[in-house]
Amino acid sequence: MLDHLIPILATTMAAATPLIFAGLGELVAERSGVINLGVEGMMLIGAVAGFAAALHWGVAGGLFFGALAGVLAVLPFAFLTLSLGTNQPATGLALTIFGIGLSAFVGQFFVSQSLPGLRPLDIPLLAQIPVLGPVLFQQTWVVYLSWLAFVLVAWVLARTRWGLILRAVGESPEAAHAIGYNVTGIRYAATCFGGAMAGMAGAYLSTVYTPLWVQNMTAGRGWIAVALVVFATWRPGRLMLGAYLFGGMTILQLHAQGLGVELPSQLLAAIPYVATIVVLVLISRDRRHLLLNLPASLGKPFISH
Amino acid sequence: MQLIEARPNPSRVMRWAAPPLAILLTLVVAAILFAMLGKPPLQAFHVFFIEPLETANGWSELALKASPLILIAQGLALGFRARIYNIGAEGQLLAGAICASGVAIYTDGMDAAWILPAMVVAGAVGGGLWGAIPAWLRTRYQAQETLTTLMLTYVATYLLSWLVSSPWRDPGGTNFPQSILFSEAAMFAPLFEGLRVNTSVWITVIAVPLFWLFVSRSFAAYQLAVGGEAVAAARYAGFSASRTVWLSLVVSGAAAGIAGAAEAAGPVGQLTLSLSPGYGYAAIIVAWVGRLHPLGIVLAGLLMALIYLGGEAAQVSMQLPAAISWLFQGMLLFFLLGADAFVDYRLKRRRQAAGGKE
Amino acid sequence: MTLIKPGVGWYTPASFVSRFEPPAMSAPPRVPPPRLALCHITKRYPGVVANDDVSLSVQPGEIHAVLGENGAGKSTLMKIIYGAVQADAGQIMWNGREVRVGSPSAARQLGIGMVFQHFQLFETLTVVENIAMALEGRFDLAALAVRVKDVSEKYGLPLDPQRLVHSLSVGERQRVEIVRCLLQNPQLLILDEPTSVLTPQAVRRLFDTLRQLASEGVSILYISHKLHEIQALCHRATVMQGGRVTGETDPRNETPATLARMMIGRELPVCHAPAYAGEARAVLQIDRIRRISADPFGVSLHDISLTVNAGEVVGIAGISGNGQAELLSALSGETQGRPESVSIAGVPVGHLHAGQRRDMGLAFVPEERLGRGAVPGMSLAENFILTAHRQPALRRHGLLSFGRAREFAARCIERFDVRCNGPQSAARSLSGGNLQKFIVGREIMQAPKLMIVAQPTWGVDVGAAAFLRQTLLDLARSGVAVLVVSEELEELFEICDRIAVLAGGRLSPPVPKDQTDAEQIGLLMSGPQEQPA
Repeated sequence: MLDHLIPILATTMAAATPLIFAGLGELVAERSGVINLGVEGMMLIGAVAGFAAALHWGVAGGLFFGALAGVLAVLPFAFLTLSLGTNQPATGLALTIFGIGLSAFVGQFFVSQSLPGLRPLDIPLLAQIPVLGPVLFQQTWVVYLSWLAFVLVAWVLARTRWGLILRAVGESPEAAHAIGYNVTGIRYAATCFGGAMAGMAGAYLSTVYTPLWVQNMTAGRGWIAVALVVFATWRPGRLMLGAYLFGGMTILQLHAQGLGVELPSQLLAAIPYVATIVVLVLISRDRRHLLLNLPASLGKPFISH
Repeated sequence: MQLIEARPNPSRVMRWAAPPLAILLTLVVAAILFAMLGKPPLQAFHVFFIEPLETANGWSELALKASPLILIAQGLALGFRARIYNIGAEGQLLAGAICASGVAIYTDGMDAAWILPAMVVAGAVGGGLWGAIPAWLRTRYQAQETLTTLMLTYVATYLLSWLVSSPWRDPGGTNFPQSILFSEAAMFAPLFEGLRVNTSVWITVIAVPLFWLFVSRSFAAYQLAVGGEAVAAARYAGFSASRTVWLSLVVSGAAAGIAGAAEAAGPVGQLTLSLSPGYGYAAIIVAWVGRLHPLGIVLAGLLMALIYLGGEAAQVSMQLPAAISWLFQGMLLFFLLGADAFVDYRLKRRRQAAGGKE
Repeated sequence: MTLIKPGVGWYTPASFVSRFEPPAMSAPPRVPPPRLALCHITKRYPGVVANDDVSLSVQPGEIHAVLGENGAGKSTLMKIIYGAVQADAGQIMWNGREVRVGSPSAARQLGIGMVFQHFQLFETLTVVENIAMALEGRFDLAALAVRVKDVSEKYGLPLDPQRLVHSLSVGERQRVEIVRCLLQNPQLLILDEPTSVLTPQAVRRLFDTLRQLASEGVSILYISHKLHEIQALCHRATVMQGGRVTGETDPRNETPATLARMMIGRELPVCHAPAYAGEARAVLQIDRIRRISADPFGVSLHDISLTVNAGEVVGIAGISGNGQAELLSALSGETQGRPESVSIAGVPVGHLHAGQRRDMGLAFVPEERLGRGAVPGMSLAENFILTAHRQPALRRHGLLSFGRAREFAARCIERFDVRCNGPQSAARSLSGGNLQKFIVGREIMQAPKLMIVAQPTWGVDVGAAAFLRQTLLDLARSGVAVLVVSEELEELFEICDRIAVLAGGRLSPPVPKDQTDAEQIGLLMSGPQEQPA
């Protein structure tokens, strides 16, 4: 059993990584009061940009340009929702549709190309620990990067002035504005961070995880990331937990037939999406808790005066 | 960074001008894009918007594509007025197509007049049920319908994929994942000899005035609008929030389901994986560009159908990828939302910093 | 980024300087310059001049009142001083130097602190986090918490730095705002209508704190429309009306009548309350409403019972946030409970939703006019339908008649003196007072048996307020039971026959108005949370 489990757990870490990047980015944006349903589109744009860059500059270059592309992709969304006060869900949806189109359009030039895989980086000593070693410490450096991103986001949110300001803006932009903060500027920053992280998540998929460019390759992961932020009740720690749960779900689904589950593969493939719905239902059972953590201004445009 | 301030009264001019403005801006960007790709923009526009309409077949195809887009968008617009964001019409369309196809497959070989109406009803029920699930999740568990409707679209896609590759696969066919071809009794008859446009467009033609009456005069639509603009006001007035959710999602699901049935029993003629070229998503844009107004949606639906046809033409004659129509759709929605902002807001006047007494 | 630009005539065109004479220069030499001098401040908004050539000066250690009714331009003026809004013309002199206050943080750097009327606090953050938001310098919450404790104790404003703001009472929240200002060692403290949320006893404690600050040299700008408070506290008063200064005086030498004349150009209007001649049968019966709030920031209600009879006005006093929102939504039907918990004219309705209770004769005017009592973007005609759709003339077979709605709305506009551009104007284009008249009018036109009104004159100018109060009194005397929930004690004593107090989710027994006074009611309002420390 353990022989089965270790590779499953190890690949779970890899499968969860894009959800962590995209989820942390969306979490920060939502904490500032901006709900961006364009994660799927930004991930796709990041994926194609990252793939193109990785052909020349390797995975690191791919991730960097993926993040950069994510920021560029989110700018029209930010301008519309923050400077013009448009409806956030609709604008996010436009970003997703735009991203699907743009990535498919640009991606046609990369369809048959492939990248060399990224070798895992064993962490000395820790990698030798039985079970935990192969699961946690024989991963690619990008997985470690996702942990670093988690630590940084959690620390900034909980312990620093920036985090305090971000949370305050998300709760009451009116009050933050009245005591002199540039609400729109802060939201721009948080939204762009969300774009960068989504772009990086996409780039990870196309340069490390697959590593290929395939049209629509994110397959709903952007939407799952948005759902994860709700599941996490806007807290980074729970986001990590959720990301690994979902990562595990996608992997288990691949191994299910090996484990003797007699369901057609097409129905097994639907499991992560059903699970997302189940998770959204479960989280709503504690409505009070959800409301306590919900950024009060989430999705509401802020127009001063 | 704030460029705008609220208008005391919404601008009537902008309400009319925003969609044409958005279309114009999309065309400008498209022209630049074509020029960058080395295609002369005017020629490209000719391929996109004129060529498809030069033949009777072109008009037939336009009606064939516009009909489901308009029908789905009418349903979605109801919910959007109430800020119920059903973005899973694609899944509801597939669910409707699956149910309708079930009727066709199990009545294969029979020749009865009730088969086709039964398929339409099955499509409405399937789509309606697929919309009822998120309605139940939202009213019972407060699960956001944006996420649940979309997740259910993926589920519907996989369900379809399973059906056409196992239980409903055409036993006489190749190994392709598709069902049998429907018999004549399970198909909409063509309107004109030799053209694909069929009698299913009558469903849309009848639905539009009904939606128009409903939206402009009915108390239920008024409640939807109040709920969309001010939730607290709807609660204050005693309008039921859950009825709003149910109405929005079930009606839009049923409309999408009927569109799915009409696709399966019309141009496609069987259940396949590539049943819908993304009508469920495109209809979201149609609803918005149409101002959520039943007649505006008709115009927007025709425009979107033309973009589809143009995309196909551009693929053939200009070697542009089909994805380009998604790109234009996204841009159109961006520009529309931007132009829409000026219905309720206006540009901030420059601050008269140097004092106004000169 | 430097936002403060001393010395240079930033706003001032040359032609303007020549006739400008700062008050500091007219004073005898060697007298220190005023802490703050505003010279010919003008601010225009589309359609209104909010401040028209306003000048005033505040000395160090002076408590200076800015007096005026709602809409007189006080708040705009304060926002200009605090840098939240920029003047179109005029100068701000700070300790004798001309400054440009480009933002609130620039104002804070100068030493200007502001206590907002609507607290600018963050519910889910702790007291110390809220205070840190307004402070610059090293980010060390532990050290700041110690300072918060010190300052709050020194000025008699006890606070626990680690409490979450949503768990604080309104009075405590105001302390957070004041302490937040004090930690910046302000030279000028602006308080905007600070007593609207305080009990009479808490007002006295606040005044003690303010006098202590003034004695230490802090200047205080005190914005209010309450005449007796200004007489009790302030050294000077600048009176504003319609955006202009209409007088400057020592309020201690004035009477409320003379101040009122400066403020609105006439005596304060008074309501007539004739005796009710009809039969005083019970219309509203509230029987032991008990409710645990579903909102984590809400207040739970404890066994609330009350009866309101036809022909009388019953007032519920108390500071918002003590269960007012919860009680009102339980009465209006926006939340439901036991059938017997609420009865209208003897019929149990506690389980019915808002629309069904309206069918039983309930009318309700909520505190939030825009977004609850009216849909902001819809026209007045469409807003009329909101509660009037049950009239058969407006709705038949599920279809609405918008033409009829326009007629009804036009009638409402005329009868209740709503100033607007007709039934097609959007609700959000109306001033607070006019929108309130429209909503009250709409509800009265439904011929109710029971009328519930929350904060009837909140943010409304004096004329409209008097009109609204008289309207409610007349309605009661026509045989309707009227329940008024208000924070304004003066208003309740003016129109109510009986007054009860809601504090901490508990309702005191109602007392006839002539058997009680503001002092007693104030004590009940304090509740357990706000007893003197």
